[in-house]
Amino acid sequence: MASTSHRKIDVEEIGDVTVARFVDRKILDETNIQIVGNQLFTLVDDEGRRKIVLDFNNVEYLSSAALGKLITLDKKVKANGGKLRLCSVRPEIYEVFAITRLNKLFDMYDDQEKALEGF
Amino acid sequence: MAWVEQFETTIPNDTAAAIEVQERIVSRLEELGYPPRDVFGCRLALEEALVNAIKHGNDNDPSKSVRVKCCIGAESFAIEIEDEGPGFEPQDVPDPTAEENLEKPSGRGIMLMRAFMTRVDYQGRGNRVLLEKARGNGDDE
Repeated sequence: MASTSHRKIDVEEIGDVTVARFVDRKILDETNIQIVGNQLFTLVDDEGRRKIVLDFNNVEYLSSAALGKLITLDKKVKANGGKLRLCSVRPEIYEVFAITRLNKLFDMYDDQEKALEGF
Repeated sequence: MAWVEQFETTIPNDTAAAIEVQERIVSRLEELGYPPRDVFGCRLALEEALVNAIKHGNDNDPSKSVRVKCCIGAESFAIEIEDEGPGFEPQDVPDPTAEENLEKPSGRGIMLMRAFMTRVDYQGRGNRVLLEKARGNGDDE
C-alpha cells in the first residue's frame, strides 16, 4: 500500500542532534498514527539516535493515540541513554499536553533554536 | 433550539468512514463561523469518541457499525455516537494525570473530550456518548 511507505517525518542532522519534523498537519487516525510511530521508533531502535528534537511546527491537530506514541518514543530514547525535546508546539496543541499533564513529562521549547541550545 | 443542520448516519466500523463524518461536521462548524478553539475541540472530541467506539466499543469488529447523530445550531452543537459494544463505566477509567499513570501510553481520550466540550455524557449501557458544546466567544477559555 502506497500510504505505508509515505514519509511522515523529515529528518535533519544538526551537529549531533537529530531534528525530526512532522510533515502532516494532522496526526489523527489509527493507521496514520501507527506509521508515524514506526518511523519515529526507527530513529532510536534501528538508527540508534540519542539526541532527538521533535518539531511540531506543521502540526495543527493531534489525538491521544499520537500522545501515546510520543510517550513510547520518550521511553525508548531514555532506555538508550538519550534525550528527547519537543519544540514549536502551537497553543492549542500545548493545551492538549497541559490538560493531560504531559507538559511535565516532556521537555518542551518555544522553537527549534531554543531546543537545540545546550542539547 | 433551532438547528441549522441535523443528520443521522450509520457508518461501518473503520476509521476512514469516521474521518468522513468528522470532516462533514467540522466543515459545517467552520461555515457557521465557530471560533477556531471550538473547531479544534470538536475535531479532537470526535476523533477520540469515534476511535473509542470503533476500537474499544466494537472491538475492531468489521461486521459492526457506529451510529452518529448530529445537531448543529448557530450557538451550540450536539453529537451522539453509539457503538454496538457492551458499554463501560467511565468512572472506572483511571485518572491519566495521576503520577503512576503519567507514562502510560493510553487512557487520555475521555479526559480530552471533557476538557474541550461543554458536556460529555455516557448513556445507555455506556455504549452511547453525547458530546455537547456551546459556542465559545473566540477568546481563550
